[in-house]
Amino acid sequence: MANLDHLITDAEADFAACDTATALEDAKAKYLGKTGAITEALKGLGRLSAEERPSAGAAINVVKKGVEAALNARRDAMLDAAQAEQLAGESLDVTLPARAQSVGGLHPVTLTLRRIEQLFHSIGFDVATGPEIETDFYNFTALNIPENHPARAMHDTFYVDDAHVLRTHTSPVQVHYMENALKDNKTPPLKIIAPGRVYRVDSDATHSPMFHQVEGLWVDQHVSFANLKGVVQTFLQQFFERDDLTVRFRPSFFPFTEPSAEMDMSWNGGWLEIGGCGMVHPEVFKHVNIDSEIYQGFAFGLGVERLAMLRYGVNDLRHFFNNDLRFLSQFSK
Amino acid sequence: MQFSEYWLRQFVNPTLDADALGHALTMAGLEVEEQVLVAQPFINVVIGEIISAERHPDADRLQLCKVDVGQVEPLQIVCGAPNARVGLKAPCAMIGAKLADLTIKKAKVRGIESSGMMCSAKELGLAEDADGLMEFPSSAAVGQNVRDYLRLDDTLYTIKLTPNRADCLSILGVARDVAAITGAPISLPEMIAITPSNHQNVAVNVAEPVACPVYFGRVVAGVNAKAKTPGWMVRALERSGLRSISVIVDITNFVLLELGQPMHAFDFDKLSGDIAVRFAQADECIQLLNDTEVRLASDDLVIADASGAIALAGIMGGGTTSVSDETSNIFLEAAFFTPDVIAGKARRLGLSTDASYRFERGVDYGNTKQALERATALVLAICGGDAGQVTEAVGTLPDRKTVVLRCSRVAAVLGIDIPKEAVGQILTQLGFSFTQADDSFIVQAPTYRFDIEREADLIEEVARLHGYDKIPAINPQASVNMLPLPTAKLNAFWLKDAMLAQGYQEVVTYSFVDESWERDLLANPKPIKLMNPIASNLSVMRTGLWGGLLDVLTYNINRKQERAMLFEVGSTFHRQEVGYREEAHIGGLCYGAVSPEQWSVPARDVDFYDVKAMVDILSHHQAEYRKETHPALHPGQTARIYLKGQAIGWLGKLHPKWQQHYSLPKSTILFELQTQALLQTQLSVYTEVLKFIPVRRDVAIVVDCTLEVQSIIDAVYKAEIPFLQKIQLFDIYQGKGIAENKKSLAFLILMQDTHKTMVDSEAEAAMAKLLELLKNKFDAQLRN
Repeated sequence: MANLDHLITDAEADFAACDTATALEDAKAKYLGKTGAITEALKGLGRLSAEERPSAGAAINVVKKGVEAALNARRDAMLDAAQAEQLAGESLDVTLPARAQSVGGLHPVTLTLRRIEQLFHSIGFDVATGPEIETDFYNFTALNIPENHPARAMHDTFYVDDAHVLRTHTSPVQVHYMENALKDNKTPPLKIIAPGRVYRVDSDATHSPMFHQVEGLWVDQHVSFANLKGVVQTFLQQFFERDDLTVRFRPSFFPFTEPSAEMDMSWNGGWLEIGGCGMVHPEVFKHVNIDSEIYQGFAFGLGVERLAMLRYGVNDLRHFFNNDLRFLSQFSK
Repeated sequence: MQFSEYWLRQFVNPTLDADALGHALTMAGLEVEEQVLVAQPFINVVIGEIISAERHPDADRLQLCKVDVGQVEPLQIVCGAPNARVGLKAPCAMIGAKLADLTIKKAKVRGIESSGMMCSAKELGLAEDADGLMEFPSSAAVGQNVRDYLRLDDTLYTIKLTPNRADCLSILGVARDVAAITGAPISLPEMIAITPSNHQNVAVNVAEPVACPVYFGRVVAGVNAKAKTPGWMVRALERSGLRSISVIVDITNFVLLELGQPMHAFDFDKLSGDIAVRFAQADECIQLLNDTEVRLASDDLVIADASGAIALAGIMGGGTTSVSDETSNIFLEAAFFTPDVIAGKARRLGLSTDASYRFERGVDYGNTKQALERATALVLAICGGDAGQVTEAVGTLPDRKTVVLRCSRVAAVLGIDIPKEAVGQILTQLGFSFTQADDSFIVQAPTYRFDIEREADLIEEVARLHGYDKIPAINPQASVNMLPLPTAKLNAFWLKDAMLAQGYQEVVTYSFVDESWERDLLANPKPIKLMNPIASNLSVMRTGLWGGLLDVLTYNINRKQERAMLFEVGSTFHRQEVGYREEAHIGGLCYGAVSPEQWSVPARDVDFYDVKAMVDILSHHQAEYRKETHPALHPGQTARIYLKGQAIGWLGKLHPKWQQHYSLPKSTILFELQTQALLQTQLSVYTEVLKFIPVRRDVAIVVDCTLEVQSIIDAVYKAEIPFLQKIQLFDIYQGKGIAENKKSLAFLILMQDTHKTMVDSEAEAAMAKLLELLKNKFDAQLRN
């Protein structure tokens, strides 16, 4: 029987020469088809003796497997090539911009208020709110600023009617909160911050007729003026993420605190006024029926826009209320 | 209050330089708002006298002056000032003088040597403008340094005094505090009781001894009211921000500034009869010094004579009895009026005077008589005349009650221990008298301290003198209690975060708005008005947020923005039967393209349904939309929003007429909701996840085009068709193949058996029921 080993090499060469699936099928027929060389060889087995037949059959099978393997390899290669070609056609410019939706953003005053709330919340301060159209009583009288008190002149007040004003500070929330706490039979410790809008008749480059304050109040048996300084200093250090920041208190006057202080913060080698504070005045405690012989506490008020300006480096207060999208969008990160 | 360092140092002269003194004042609570030099630095400028003046040979406007500066030889100086003349004494900048950025050198002016420069006030930095040389009186000493002569090496302090520190509204008061802070001794001007040398007298009847506990008066006869106010006094007044007016007025103002006692001088010859201190009578009027006539109220305290009110007590004198150049006899008044009586009165009349400012805060009633003596002495020294006897009316003086100060309380409030001796030392420095008992001091404040009424007032004084900056910052130690975290109420942060996530930008607008916004957009004819708005277009309180949002939109369109997604969260203000009600709202606005301009998405303008998605999110997909109308919105594209049956807001397209009114090129979609309802939630409760797969069937029906889809969905759920879990619209079609007044709606239907896998026959039965319902209820035809 003729040596068939060359068939594998022949087939490999034939298959490799095929570019299309049809050509490959044709080439396959030449070896494995009805009249193909291998089929013919198998047919020829019958003419061999019984002794020769097994070894010859085995030899043909080896060649058949070899040819089939060559065929499959070529088929796979052709599929791979076809797929590669398809994928190549599907290639993208990955640097094209994404399909975009609008990017939203929060107002820098909101971002600042949140930061303040989060920091105070972390030491157990609750958030309290109060009305913006406030009665004369809560805005002034209950805070120990009776009618005709010269301190009223410090607050360029918007009047709604004879008995109502736009609140000039967030301090009235203290009084509401303490009153309500008492009604709910809640006793000190009371720890709140009260963020919100406040109003003064004043408008220029450094004053807005509407701005935001955060009032803080902590009433307990032993919270002291030194503690007030500690809390405010720690707050400012955390707010600005600067350990070296210190707070300076200067004597001042607010009818609802005593001792009262202006708070200055060390900043770039100087001092910046950051708000007012003091120990809750006994007269305020009296208004809300808290015994000032048992309890004492501190209150402070911070200007939110001031803190926002310092944190973000904003140089003009008016930006906050012009609402120019080119300004506002800078804070959406 | 403004004053000069020089004047203060006459009273107390601590070893601190001007800056350190300013700092000490600030740290003691007398906040220095402004600290400026009286004059910019300049050197080598002396008083020169022009002893001869000739015309410059080559220049008409220049003169050759010989100027005596106290040296052996006069200087030759070329001068162009119109008032340069022989005999004039004026500042002369010598060779080497430095004025601001100018150094004086020997120079030739039009060929003639000039050895210095004669100066105007402007050239010395003492005035904004000048039309010639600064002129000195003939008494000025030739050769004297001008800085010394004008006392220019002085600092002006402006201190921002808090209302409690009326005692510091004078040089004496500030000096007292400086002495207390620094320990430097205080020296007072000599106060001598003047011996009367005439017998003229005015009887004073104080009808209101509580309102006017102390009244002193005195006639000074034969004064020269035309005398010139001395330069030192003019300078003291000017450096405290007061203009020199006339000598008598200047003297009373000087005493006011020096001692804090407001005074008044009447023209004695214009008084008729006795003086009375009483409240104004019904319909009484007074002609004031400032030439205004005011009608008085019954609680206005007046000084009156037989003719009626002649001064508004503690506020302003009257015009009919005021001193003038012709005055030769005066009646000087120094009185104390209680703060409660004066407070608010000046403001009510639209006035604010140095006198009222002090009286409403508290004037030292222990110093009234000395002030009168001081003023008398100054009048006699400057204007001559004979002083009469002092008329005294002393009524009920304010009660300076004693205040107990416990050292234990000082420690508790301040959080630091201040030894008892140190506390006593502080009280002494402040001029407080006291006795001691165990832990306590029993303190009596001096007559000039109106702010010491209770222990806290003294604790503040102790802290102030001890030094606020010496109080350490100590973090409190307290019990730690967790705060509640209620499920039922979302944090208000949530709303803003939801808006942010959908691409909206937060804005903050004023709570007071243009009245037209309320009227036009919200049909609110009677908004809450401010009595004193900052501007006419910010005069009413908003009841809704759209005006502000549209305003921000316009602002940004004017700055070339072509699209905007804005929101605001804030209070709105509503009238109610008694008082006002505030409601927190969230408002949103979308304008322009639905998404930013980009290559991959075809441009499309935002519409009702885009913004409805936001309302769905804010309402936890619980909102119900009913077609209603709103004055701001397009009548066909407006939904009122209900949550749990309660109306909570609106969604719609801005009415085209307002779009035109606000000049908006494209349409705008707006919504506004009350936030309270949106923040109410409840705990999510788990229901079992079914292991059986739901069956989906799609169905398309043709219905009347006006039929609201929600009514179909509601009806289907209400019918409780077995196995039906969900019906959802996925397509809507009108046009070819559908009758003109009809629309085709395609729904997907999900069905599920909770216990087993559904079989086809069950699904078919459910669908049949559904179609029957749709046919009967909505005349729906199955679309082929």
